[in-house]
Amino acid sequence: MFWTVTQSLLSGLGAATQLFALTLLFGLPLGLVIAFGSMSKWTPFRFLLQPKKGKKSEEPGQAAAERDLSDNLALTEEESGLADKREPSKFVKALASFRPVHALTDIVVWVVRGTPLMLQLMIIYYGPGLWFDNNIWGGDGRMTASVVAFVINYACYFSVIYRGGIQGVPVGQREAAQVLGFTRRQIFFKITLLQMIKRIVPPMSNEIITLVKDTSLARIIAVTELIKAGESFMKSSGIIWPLFYTGVFYLIFVGILTILFNFIERKLSYFR
Amino acid sequence: MAILDVQHIEKSFGATKVLKDINFSLEAGQVLAIIGSSGSGKTTLLRCLNFLETPDKGSITVGGEVLFDAGDPATQRESEIRRKRLHFGLVFQSFNLFPQYTALENVTLARELMAKGEKTGERLEDIRREGEALLAQMGLQDRMGNYPHQLSGGQQQRVAIARALAMKPDILCFDEPTSALDPELTGEVLKVIRGLAEQHTTMIIVTHEMGFARDVADQVLFMDGGLVVEEGSPEEVFGNPQQARTKQFLEKYKGD
Repeated sequence: MFWTVTQSLLSGLGAATQLFALTLLFGLPLGLVIAFGSMSKWTPFRFLLQPKKGKKSEEPGQAAAERDLSDNLALTEEESGLADKREPSKFVKALASFRPVHALTDIVVWVVRGTPLMLQLMIIYYGPGLWFDNNIWGGDGRMTASVVAFVINYACYFSVIYRGGIQGVPVGQREAAQVLGFTRRQIFFKITLLQMIKRIVPPMSNEIITLVKDTSLARIIAVTELIKAGESFMKSSGIIWPLFYTGVFYLIFVGILTILFNFIERKLSYFR
Repeated sequence: MAILDVQHIEKSFGATKVLKDINFSLEAGQVLAIIGSSGSGKTTLLRCLNFLETPDKGSITVGGEVLFDAGDPATQRESEIRRKRLHFGLVFQSFNLFPQYTALENVTLARELMAKGEKTGERLEDIRREGEALLAQMGLQDRMGNYPHQLSGGQQQRVAIARALAMKPDILCFDEPTSALDPELTGEVLKVIRGLAEQHTTMIIVTHEMGFARDVADQVLFMDGGLVVEEGSPEEVFGNPQQARTKQFLEKYKGD
């Protein structure tokens, strides 16, 4: 019996490990992309606040956009009667400081962090079949669907950790590098990145350990991970020890990760 | 001809006008000390010279080349700012060494990246040797392999000076280089700067060390409220200030 249970749990562990590894593989880089999105300072409507100068060096597209907007604001202009010297309205000011990429990523992160991963798993797996009558995941796509849901979910959590890590690097570091003629790319890869990694190891270790245990949520779309594998013996044979046994699997998994994180922390302790 | 010519620089942050029409010029090989109380705009002026801030008005000319002219967008291209910055070096109040690199790596990193990225043809060994020589000049020959957190504040600041010198700037700027140091460590950093002055390094030094400014500077600017209130040789500004505001400011430093 012990051997049968072990074999079954090992295959459950395989599924859990696969989900875990793929989530990290895609989620870690995606999180960084989302972090950059949420820090984006791109303000495409900023030109609205720039005073029009005599110089005709503006790009035609920009000038046209400006004209469009002044059409919309025709009322304000007529009221003031001083088209060029008018104080910009509150709406224009807000629009000028509007950061679309930042706003979009913040909404996505809010929705993803604000709803249960279990719900996201169900919607992502069953949604396409029910809406479009087309189960894009195919017959055996439960693992693929789980990976997609986990990657999106965890990338959002990672992004916030990355952002904290990047913003925690003192501005003086970037300025010192700028003054020395570093390119933006060099500043990120040669200066910021390692300092960020050092800062994010503790919160990341928390998140990644949570991910180990969250893999059990995939059973909601019938992925046979550890707990589902253990529970099946409770149902079929009326024994509970396989469930404790799954606990041991998790403990060992997390134990190995803890050793790994301590190793990384020690490796990075050569600087402060 | 002056190596640096600054004309009508103005800078506001929101509604606060930090610099109001700053004009000065500096001859090659000379040392300019900028003094004034906190908030007078000294640091902002240095940051404008190093392109960390963009002035709202005015122009900056180095060696005859107009690096920045607020009225001419052609001088403000992002792509060229990186190259233009290298005319200036900047030593920060808080050192800002890169913590993950050794003292020597801090000094050589920028040059190495430039040699690799822009194919300047410089050999890495030469860059390294030059970095070692600079650190030795700073009295840090025993500290090249140390990380910044293993160095005292004075040593860190000397590494920072070597790092700025490694880029061979035309003009080396210091932003209150000793304000974060205790008096003992201040001395070793001032000694290094004095040595550079003796070698006729062109420098702009923002400082609260009046005695040092008087000794080392060829020219002194007193700034207050975003304006250059008084300007002249150290003897003139310290010995015989003309403006009431300058006198009032220097009173506080009597016996320094």
